[in-house]
Amino acid sequence: MSAFAALFRRDLALAWRARGDLVNPLGFFVIVVSLFPLGMSPDPALLARIGPGLVWVAALLAVLLSLENLFRSDRDDGALEQLLVSSAPLPLLALARVLAHVITVGVPLVLVSPLLALMLNIDGEPFGVLLSSLALGVPVLCMVGAIGAALTTGIARGGVLVALIVLPLYIPVLVFGAGAAYAAGLGLPFAGQLAILGALLALSVALAPFAIAGALRISGSQ
Amino acid sequence: MWAYLERLWHRLGSPRHFYDLAGWWLPWLAVSSLLLLGVGITWGLLFAPPDYQQGHSFRIIYIHVPAASLALTGYFAMAVAGVVVLVWRMKMAEVVLQSIAVPGAVMCALALFTGALWGKPTWGTYWFWDARITSMLILLFLYLGVMALGSAIASPVLAARATAVLAIVGAVNIPIIKYSVEWWNTLHQPATFKLTEKPAMAPEMYWPLLVCALGFYLFFAFVVVLRVRNAVLEREAGARWVRELAGEGR
Repeated sequence: MSAFAALFRRDLALAWRARGDLVNPLGFFVIVVSLFPLGMSPDPALLARIGPGLVWVAALLAVLLSLENLFRSDRDDGALEQLLVSSAPLPLLALARVLAHVITVGVPLVLVSPLLALMLNIDGEPFGVLLSSLALGVPVLCMVGAIGAALTTGIARGGVLVALIVLPLYIPVLVFGAGAAYAAGLGLPFAGQLAILGALLALSVALAPFAIAGALRISGSQ
Repeated sequence: MWAYLERLWHRLGSPRHFYDLAGWWLPWLAVSSLLLLGVGITWGLLFAPPDYQQGHSFRIIYIHVPAASLALTGYFAMAVAGVVVLVWRMKMAEVVLQSIAVPGAVMCALALFTGALWGKPTWGTYWFWDARITSMLILLFLYLGVMALGSAIASPVLAARATAVLAIVGAVNIPIIKYSVEWWNTLHQPATFKLTEKPAMAPEMYWPLLVCALGFYLFFAFVVVLRVRNAVLEREAGARWVRELAGEGR
């Protein structure tokens, strides 16, 4: 457990010392969302209808872009080998790493999303449902995405490959996440979708660390 | 009996013995799949009665359903091979895993294509974002991811292990694909046939479908075995038995 805490604190400290980089996914998130009204139509009714989906897709892409550096710099400077040979269980270390990523990338995305929801004319019940679905779903995106990041860490130009591997796995999260807010907008029940998102979160926290650890061992021996 | 099976398993684990054994299977697989496909497709396309609602357009079922079923089975088989790769580090499972990806993706694409052809006369549209069609598309994406990852890693052993992890993770999606009909209950009709229940189709439509499905599975097995043998030769190109096979050093 102390290795877990140590790695978690180290990752947070590293993120804090390069805090300028933390703004990048947020900037990406906001810019992508604001492209849609420009590309389609600024009609408030239309935006309110498709808004939850736009915010979800943009959040998903922002998480995807942030995955690139999850393990790569550690592999380049040899820190990854230290994690692999450490006596602490690797899945636990992987969980610490992803948890730090959720806090430094995921939480800010969720915190910025109310602003975007307002800009897209989403209010009332869908507003709250969108925020809760993002709060439940973005950590799932980080957990699942980390598997793809770990698998492609040893590959020179892994960026596009991560997208190809991870995006299909993101689709159920997107369907339920955006679906919850969309259903709320139509006045339909949405608790089911949120419950499934919660189940996906529990499932990914329980299982993904093992897949990440397995993938890291493979990437580490390349 | 048990000892025999165990010996067979161990023999299958060795590339050289697998190559020899699979060479025996190939003609059987080829002949039986050709026979069944010939019978099933002729029966289904020419002799089965037309559907009372869809007319002749329903006949695409004889290609569509086996292809879709194989696309799912193929992915599941990849995940099983992936478990064998990661747990027992079996060399042959690595080869099998990577040999399934391309035929599986082709079956998935075939299912989507035939579905679109059938959708135009029946639903009035080639494509509809229905849960089941969409999850088939996701399955195709999953196959593409496995293929891309496998070809991006130079070392065959590490490529196989990485794709094994990805195949297992992706297999978590298969239940979602399979049961999405019940979950979202949209435009697409529910699963066409189940082994556990009496088919709702007329028997004269159902039997040719079963024959076609069996033929497709045997054909798939034929293609996979062919690819596995090829991959074994490529991997073991330096081994003595391969060189002898190629007629070197005689």
